[in-house]
Amino acid sequence: MIRKKKCVAMLLAGGQGSRLYALTSIIAKPAVSFGGKYRIIDFPLSNCVNSGIDTVGVLTQYQPMLLNSYIGNGQPWDLDRTFGGVHTLPPYQGKTSSDWYKGTANAIYQNLRFINQFDPDYVLILSGDHIYKMNYSLMINYHILNGADCTIAAIDVPIEEASRFGILNTREDGSIYEFEEKPKKPKSTLASMGIYVFSAKKLQQYLEEDSVNPNSSNDFGKDILPRMLSCGEKMMAYRFEGYWKDVGTIESLYEANMDLLGDNPKFDVTDSSWKIQSRSPLAPPQYIGDDAKIDNSIIMSGCEIFGNVENSVLSSAVTVKKGAVVKNSIIMADVTIEEDAVIEYSIIDEGTIVKKGAKVGSPKDAGKGIAVLSRGIEIGEGAVIDGGAMVDKSVAKEGK
Amino acid sequence: MRAVGIIFSNIHDDNVPELVRERTLGSIPFGGRYRLIDFPLSNMVNSGIDTVGIITKSNYQSLMDHVGSGKDWDLARKDGGVIILPPYGNNANSSLYTSRLEALKGITNFLFRADEEYVVMTDCDAVSRINYNDVIEYHIRNKADITIVYKKLEKQEYFTKNATTFDIEKGRITGVKYFEHVVDEDANVCTNVFVMKKSLLQNIVIESISHNKHHFMEDIVSANLKGMKIMGYEHKGFYAGITSLQAYFDSNMKLLDKDVKHEVFGDRSVFTKIRDSAPTKYGKSAIIKNSMIADGCIIEGEVENSIIFRNVKVARGAVVKNSIIMQNTVLGENSTLNCIIADKNVVIRDRKVLSGSENHPFYIGKGIMI
Repeated sequence: MIRKKKCVAMLLAGGQGSRLYALTSIIAKPAVSFGGKYRIIDFPLSNCVNSGIDTVGVLTQYQPMLLNSYIGNGQPWDLDRTFGGVHTLPPYQGKTSSDWYKGTANAIYQNLRFINQFDPDYVLILSGDHIYKMNYSLMINYHILNGADCTIAAIDVPIEEASRFGILNTREDGSIYEFEEKPKKPKSTLASMGIYVFSAKKLQQYLEEDSVNPNSSNDFGKDILPRMLSCGEKMMAYRFEGYWKDVGTIESLYEANMDLLGDNPKFDVTDSSWKIQSRSPLAPPQYIGDDAKIDNSIIMSGCEIFGNVENSVLSSAVTVKKGAVVKNSIIMADVTIEEDAVIEYSIIDEGTIVKKGAKVGSPKDAGKGIAVLSRGIEIGEGAVIDGGAMVDKSVAKEGK
Repeated sequence: MRAVGIIFSNIHDDNVPELVRERTLGSIPFGGRYRLIDFPLSNMVNSGIDTVGIITKSNYQSLMDHVGSGKDWDLARKDGGVIILPPYGNNANSSLYTSRLEALKGITNFLFRADEEYVVMTDCDAVSRINYNDVIEYHIRNKADITIVYKKLEKQEYFTKNATTFDIEKGRITGVKYFEHVVDEDANVCTNVFVMKKSLLQNIVIESISHNKHHFMEDIVSANLKGMKIMGYEHKGFYAGITSLQAYFDSNMKLLDKDVKHEVFGDRSVFTKIRDSAPTKYGKSAIIKNSMIADGCIIEGEVENSIIFRNVKVARGAVVKNSIIMQNTVLGENSTLNCIIADKNVVIRDRKVLSGSENHPFYIGKGIMI
């Protein structure tokens, strides 16, 4: 019996995410924590599984240690399969040449052999820095129905933001006639989401052609897609309606976390029909003490709360001691906020300790921006960290 | 590994008849996200025991669902690992076992196949963290034939029926007493954790078949206090026996004590089946005091001195005090609960008021709508 898969997904997870500053100094962007228990990569991985795609290659390059151990054998996503499943694909040394992944297209090109062993009809290209729930099988069906060679998922964005994206200009039937990368004067508001379905044969053809082109930057958006368009391949835009957020910046990561709060949250992760799976920590249920006050927040198991928590997202095993205040903030796993410390409008990464009476961040309306504390550092007793500060080293007592 | 583990999941079912109507004692939910079997099973794993047989009798669906392949305890192994041992019989003798020795007769093959030297047997009737390795060390050091773990309890701490207590002289068990009613003295209470050589256990089982003996404690332990060296090992840490519905209620509530919580969960080595729930969400009107709350809950009302399991909804205006609310239960708007044990999937309609008392919690069965 010849074994094959209808579709193989390739997840680009090698990016540094330099605009997340201190949060990605030693981890890759897709491994950044989100929403109390998730990491960004949980979203594309869960979308794959929920869409019936059980073969996923994860292309890693920048700081892959945490990402590799997080993905592991893929069991939390049911991706530990005998044929298929999730595979992490780091750059490798070849007989004649060995290269880092030079661009998104080059990363896929170097792993064509991985794709071909499953003999897929379609290849789905995903990126590891978006928060959304999407049924890829609908997009693949759309691709098949239209007899397309390449289908690009697209979403309507506000006109003032359009120049930050790759913009697709389409005909009435949804076919693309023009592709503009970050245009100054956008002609439409239909932005590419960085999600592509290719017919496998076409993808291979263009990747091979691109690999021998010395002038190419080996990037999907800059090289492959424009080239396919100019060669007259049928390229379709697949309109996606729903929540989608590129969490490439501190501000957008913050906003996406906050979108989970409220009675009718903009983004709902509790929906049991589209479960977001993740590698769950083993921790006892959270404990809320006598003097704690909690208002409009998301809190994960293992936390111990004795202070005030307001409009915040707390990951697993966070301790908020008596008299401490956490407001409008995102606190990642294993952080300790000691007595009478005040955290406002901040993101605090894993394992950091904020000592007694320290002040981190300034109120949201002060306009100074989000304060970010890197992982595993210590903010000394009574120290003051100003709003908008990026701190990646421990700060001594009473220091600034 | 030097010891094989055996867990009896059904013995003492009659302690809490309400809670075992549709499950084994071992699969009773406890402490927000655990089941009683998680404690002995995690103790086994943390003591380096990686071959564990779980003896079951009836209603063991929930147990099989919970334990699964054993991967959440790292017990999905090529050699050994965890195996559920349902009742085993033949046409001539097809009735279900009624005692510990009869249950052990049914697993002679499991015992025969294990090549470990020692065996650790435990029940699911208590929440405690015991290092069985220490017990085995103690057993070897004292050249004991059988070592039984006991807990010194003051009389007011142990409210039960059918308790077994020991007289102990210099570590050796010299007398066994049974209490059909409440224990009315300070006592060394048997925790039903036994350590012995596997070969001895096999001999005991074979001998008990030929002599028609049934009761492990009476026919083996009591009868051999002089003939064998039977040692008592004192467990000094936290111990909560689930000996009645009241004890179940009190034991859960003890977890709200900071020291108890840290002793039981501090090192995060109580393993359980991991189910993916979203983090718990607190609404703008939530008021929470001294409570333990699992993941996946939506809390908009008031929760005080309570244990809340996974995926529970507490609607706006609802007030829960001194209660244990198991998973997927929904409390309607402005409902009021005090001293309640609500089993899984219970629905409390809006504005209902229910109350038990601290000495007599009111139990609401699985899936009931009020």
